[in-house]
Amino acid sequence: MTLVVESPGLRTLVQDLGRPGLGHLGVSPSGAFDRSALRQVNLVLGNDADAAALEVLGGGLVLLAETSSWVAVTGGAGAITVDGDPAAYGRAIPLQPGQRVSLGSPTTGLRAYVGVAGGFAVPEELGSRSTDTLSALGPQPVRAGDRLETGSPSHPPELEDVPPIGRAGELTLDVTLGPRDDWFTAAAVRRLLESAWHVSPASDRVGVRLTGATLERSRTEELPSEPCIRGSIQVSADGQPIVFGPDHPVTGGYPVIAVVLDQHTDRLAQAAPGQVVRFRRVG
Amino acid sequence: MILKPYGDTALLLDCASLDEAQRWFAALHGDAEAVLGARSVLLRGQPADLRSLVGRTTPGDSATPDDGAEIEIPVVYDGADLDEVARLTSLTTAEVVQAHTGTPWTVAFGGFAPGFCYLVDGDAGLQVPRRDSPRPRVPAGAVGLAGEFSGVYPRESPGGWQLIGRTELTMWDTSREKPALLVAGMTVRFVVA
Repeated sequence: MTLVVESPGLRTLVQDLGRPGLGHLGVSPSGAFDRSALRQVNLVLGNDADAAALEVLGGGLVLLAETSSWVAVTGGAGAITVDGDPAAYGRAIPLQPGQRVSLGSPTTGLRAYVGVAGGFAVPEELGSRSTDTLSALGPQPVRAGDRLETGSPSHPPELEDVPPIGRAGELTLDVTLGPRDDWFTAAAVRRLLESAWHVSPASDRVGVRLTGATLERSRTEELPSEPCIRGSIQVSADGQPIVFGPDHPVTGGYPVIAVVLDQHTDRLAQAAPGQVVRFRRVG
Repeated sequence: MILKPYGDTALLLDCASLDEAQRWFAALHGDAEAVLGARSVLLRGQPADLRSLVGRTTPGDSATPDDGAEIEIPVVYDGADLDEVARLTSLTTAEVVQAHTGTPWTVAFGGFAPGFCYLVDGDAGLQVPRRDSPRPRVPAGAVGLAGEFSGVYPRESPGGWQLIGRTELTMWDTSREKPALLVAGMTVRFVVA
């Protein structure tokens, strides 16, 4: 089965659950930024949890079905239409040959996940179909005119649908302090936990950049390169934090003041520029 | 070595030296997913499990894992910064080449890009600072120096290291069974191509 990309929107990438376990080779896990939305889209389509879907930033995607297929949309979405008629969020949508599914701008969140029954069958690199934007691994970003082949569905689509994400207002993320909170002043650690942070438009899959209070260091020497993970809150020379996303560098040269709990890093995928983020210490 | 918290899916071993970090990495890699830093080792998994794993592990005697292989890297020494490196080190360019090839290097840890490795234990006379401003494009195979490290760029990328030469070897190829030519613990000998 084949879907043709008529418009990729702002930026559309193929993502599955990534390539974990290769950090010693300098390869980051990459994979869907909002993994829970990817799992949901695969669940409603009867796919394996790690089947590849499209991660659509900011809407604007238009796909033309060449053959009959089932698609579904989860994550940060807005209006979903099939040939102009509204279609349901979080539910398997049947497409007939010649029909088009389109995504409007997200009304909640930032990244929608568009799955297809059978998953998108682009070639794997190092065991994953994910595009790693930092390391140039996996497929190129999706372009207009791309013909996306799909695999064979392993189960029929589910009848259940998934609830939309309801995350208007502030986003609170649970963190543990360290490993390098002792490289900062006590006031800086307090500021991290007490201030409102704003998501910068310069954020991407490598990291979500936050602006707000300046986090001052108590130790100013250079940190020898240290491994980091998705969720590491690294504070660069200007005192502003960056929370690493799925395409983070494997090692970083700035101290990590705290780490966002793994489950909560999915929520960052849906934090649009200007969104207010707060950190809550749980350990 | 001090254990440091690292969120709910990892643990950091904060070590006093690269050598100590390498010995912990050699002892733990295989029992847990491990990534080596310049003075640290990151382990992935449940922190409580990792703490007990570290508790019953002793760091290896040798920084080099059992498979510690040797590799020769032929280099054409015509890098754009060769003259600058000679000036910074008060050596002639011929002496820079001699120093780079004369002492075997050890692959310390990966990072920056897939297949990029930081090499250590080379000639101490070759320590130079990074370039003031990074080059937007460094070609694949470029051989560089920065601080105590030498390294080979696996693919075209931006880069701030001082470039002294280039190799024809393919450092990174995902179609190979082992994509990375260099792995932590290996011994690297640079030779004049």
